[in-house]
Amino acid sequence: MARAGAVVATAPLLGGCQMVLMDPKGPIGAQEKSIILLATGLMLIVVVPVIVMTIAFAWRYRASNTSATYAPEWHHSNKIEAVVWAIPCLIVMALGSVTWASSHKLDPWQPLASPMKPIEVEVVSLDWKWLFIYPQYHIASVNQLAMPVGRPVHFRLTSATVMNSFFIPQLGSQIYTMTGMETQLNLRADHAGVYQGISANYSGKGFADMKFKTLALSKAGFNAWIAKASASKATLDVASYKTLDAPGVAATAYYGTVDPALYGKILNRCVDAVPCHDAKHVAMNHSAEPDMAMRMPSPSSITKHKS
Amino acid sequence: MSAVPESFLFGKLTLDAVPWHEPIIMTAVAGMVLAAVTVLGLVTYFRLWKTLWNEWLTTVDHKRIGVMYIILAMVMLLRGFADALMMRTQQALASTGGPGYLPPQHFDQIFTAHGVIMIFFMAMPFVVGLMNIVMPLQIGARDVAFPYLNSVSFWLTVAGAVLVNISLAVGEFAHTGWLAYPPLSELHYSSGVGVDYYIWALQISGLGTLLSGVNLITTILTMRAPGMTMMRMPIFTWTTLCANMLIVAAFPILTVTLAMLGLDRYLGMHFFTNSDGGNAMMYVNLIWAWGHPEVYILILPAFGIYSEVISTFSSKRLFGYTSMVYATVCITVLSFVVWLHHFFTMGSGANVNAFFGITTMVISIPTGVKIFNWLFTMYRGRVRLEVPVLWTLGFIVTFVIGGMTGVLMAVPPADFVLHNSLFLIAHFHNAIIGGVVFGCMAGLNYWFPKAFGFKLDPRLGKVSFWCWLVGFYIAFMPLYALGLMGMTRRLDHVNNPVWHVYLVVAMVGAVLIFCGIIAQIAQIVVSIINRDQLRDVTGDPWDGRTLEWATSSPPPFYNFARIPHVESVDAFWEMKRAGRASAPLPSYQRIHMPRNTGTGVILGGLSVVLGFALVWHIWWLAALGFTAMVALAIIHSFDEDRDYYVPPSEVARIEGSYFEQLTAENQNERPSLAA
Repeated sequence: MARAGAVVATAPLLGGCQMVLMDPKGPIGAQEKSIILLATGLMLIVVVPVIVMTIAFAWRYRASNTSATYAPEWHHSNKIEAVVWAIPCLIVMALGSVTWASSHKLDPWQPLASPMKPIEVEVVSLDWKWLFIYPQYHIASVNQLAMPVGRPVHFRLTSATVMNSFFIPQLGSQIYTMTGMETQLNLRADHAGVYQGISANYSGKGFADMKFKTLALSKAGFNAWIAKASASKATLDVASYKTLDAPGVAATAYYGTVDPALYGKILNRCVDAVPCHDAKHVAMNHSAEPDMAMRMPSPSSITKHKS
Repeated sequence: MSAVPESFLFGKLTLDAVPWHEPIIMTAVAGMVLAAVTVLGLVTYFRLWKTLWNEWLTTVDHKRIGVMYIILAMVMLLRGFADALMMRTQQALASTGGPGYLPPQHFDQIFTAHGVIMIFFMAMPFVVGLMNIVMPLQIGARDVAFPYLNSVSFWLTVAGAVLVNISLAVGEFAHTGWLAYPPLSELHYSSGVGVDYYIWALQISGLGTLLSGVNLITTILTMRAPGMTMMRMPIFTWTTLCANMLIVAAFPILTVTLAMLGLDRYLGMHFFTNSDGGNAMMYVNLIWAWGHPEVYILILPAFGIYSEVISTFSSKRLFGYTSMVYATVCITVLSFVVWLHHFFTMGSGANVNAFFGITTMVISIPTGVKIFNWLFTMYRGRVRLEVPVLWTLGFIVTFVIGGMTGVLMAVPPADFVLHNSLFLIAHFHNAIIGGVVFGCMAGLNYWFPKAFGFKLDPRLGKVSFWCWLVGFYIAFMPLYALGLMGMTRRLDHVNNPVWHVYLVVAMVGAVLIFCGIIAQIAQIVVSIINRDQLRDVTGDPWDGRTLEWATSSPPPFYNFARIPHVESVDAFWEMKRAGRASAPLPSYQRIHMPRNTGTGVILGGLSVVLGFALVWHIWWLAALGFTAMVALAIIHSFDEDRDYYVPPSEVARIEGSYFEQLTAENQNERPSLAA
């Protein structure tokens, strides 16, 4: 009982180190943290005075304080009006420029500047588990994502089920995964460690358990992880994928061999269809200069390829 | 998941639809049935059926319809808050590795129902109820433009609420989240009737809201007292106008979106499905194209309430009336160009995200101006710290924090880590509780004496306020922290001892808010019991400034014996200063009034039948219900006897008794409240 009490008493203090968004482990998360702090600081310039003024005015001009000035007809002042329109305008101009610049700089599609070639990972959200395919290494894993420290990772993501959101809080930016569409994300871990990965968009009854571990490993550690996965006898092809696709929570698993066309088939919703439309076409579609349309294959193109 | 065989007579409905084996649900159902039976029993015991039917159910009086809207809101607040307490308890119990006491399917329905009920059946009816009671009085009108339509609107809203409550006992509610994003809400992933209940409850009540919007806009545009130009309208009337403009512009989007989802589910279409070219992103865009204006539909009238309260209780003209009007109109327009900020993480390009981020921030400019205007209204005023003022001060302090976290999340890269987290949950509760609910409570305490002729007990009002205010901070500050700790929303269980502590604190806060709700109910009950001590015979208990205080409390059913002439903002204040207020007229003229009609309540009842039949695929009943509704509406349209004239003698009698009371009051020489 006393011990439980002690845990309860100290836990909020420990909370400081639990603020994972304030303790980022990669450049994206670090920049997002500083944007949060900067924006909050800018807004506090108005918010704190407003709170102080609210309490001060209500107290000073309380009805019982007859010594305060009372001007029942005073209701307009060009000076005050100019100031109260100008201050929020200035703050919003400052925040707006931060928004414009940071939205472009931290666009999830934006490749991270690095001399090293990024690790490619294809991500598929399933009911209620995560599938990670490493096309450069011809391996795949379930509910476990490994990445070498310091090297950018380029994610291409889709969903085989409802909408989910791929999110590793300590590394930064989340992005939705959606069926028949591909989103992209670029992240990097700068410190070795194990980081929690989650789905951040409710996806049904198994949602709470739809988690994965992110292993940020040294170069040697990453190679060892690849070797371990490659050693797995399991093959990820259409048949084993369909087993995996059945609704339910899954344990960590590795596949030593992967059907290279599988991700494209999942993306284009033609795992069962013969002939399936060429996955290369999708890749081309997505490498074109993106904005809205190119990023999201139009529904008509998907139907066309299906038929 | 297997398809249920449908019978002709009962559609998908079988006895198994009732969740007999779920003790929690059955207890709740038993409680609801018991409460209903008690109320009906009391009505029968006191022989009130005739009064209930003649004076309330069939009424077309905007004040009574407004009161009924607020009763609906309070009943649904209890239901929605029970859901909130269950969620907080579940997360507190199930955050150290255990499963808690709610299985995922039940927990998922609870958070869906909580959101739907609180927005559609608590906040909306509360706000619409206040608009109904107050706005026609503020513009010096005798009723709304279409009194019968007003009754229909109200009963359609009730019908939606009834369907949501039926879903507890018969079948299930949606377990999709309150906006029912597809593909999760499509037949493939939600094969039960939950989403169908959701669709039909919102379609029916949404139709009511839309009709009410048309009605109130028409009322404001065409029925203002002579001399009341647009720029002399009270701010609450302005915000009512803007909110209803938003309703008329936004609710059709909701109707069409839900209709498309319905077509997917009922006729096998593919607007939003995963297969055959459906695109769920279209739904997400459409639902938020309604959803963001909806936020302002709720908050604008609340802003109007604060404006009235702060000016009245500071005994001072509102600072910057013109600014306030322009700020309101700015917000109204801007609210339609920010919807994408609800899904920055859906993969739009940087230009698109940045555009919507900046438009969102721009809304904070007029909002900030409003806050400064309220502050400068208090400045050099004589602020009476009555209960409505406490709610207003609590609002300003709380809302600026909610606004700040909102603008923070308008920066797309910040949203990339805060989206869907408990930080977001804390933010919008901060804005909706601190903004809308506090506003409704301020409005309730402020206008209650107008509607009923006696004030609400101020002590219990203060207890309620402090419980809500402190409870809010204890309940939601931990959620901000949990969001920064990476906790996402809608988790039925987690395993994290640090989160557990915060979740327990949040639960304590929710219990404290519950005490605030109990105190609020106690305040009303105690005030009814002590109504003689709290009586206000003047009709103007707060030394008011706008026309609703220029008539007796409760106002006669025709509101004003003679329509007042308006010469400035704060019309009643000017009338009092000029000595033109509260004097009996030498003679009265006959008054044209609408007759009560039972058509509205019957249409509401039939729409419950229609909705229920559609949910359960009982096609014959749906056809019957729909035909009956159309037939009834047509028959009613042939009813020529829908208005009458109140004879001058009757007006003179009613006015006479008011002035008699007033004179008696003045002779008693009780200290004037205005002093």
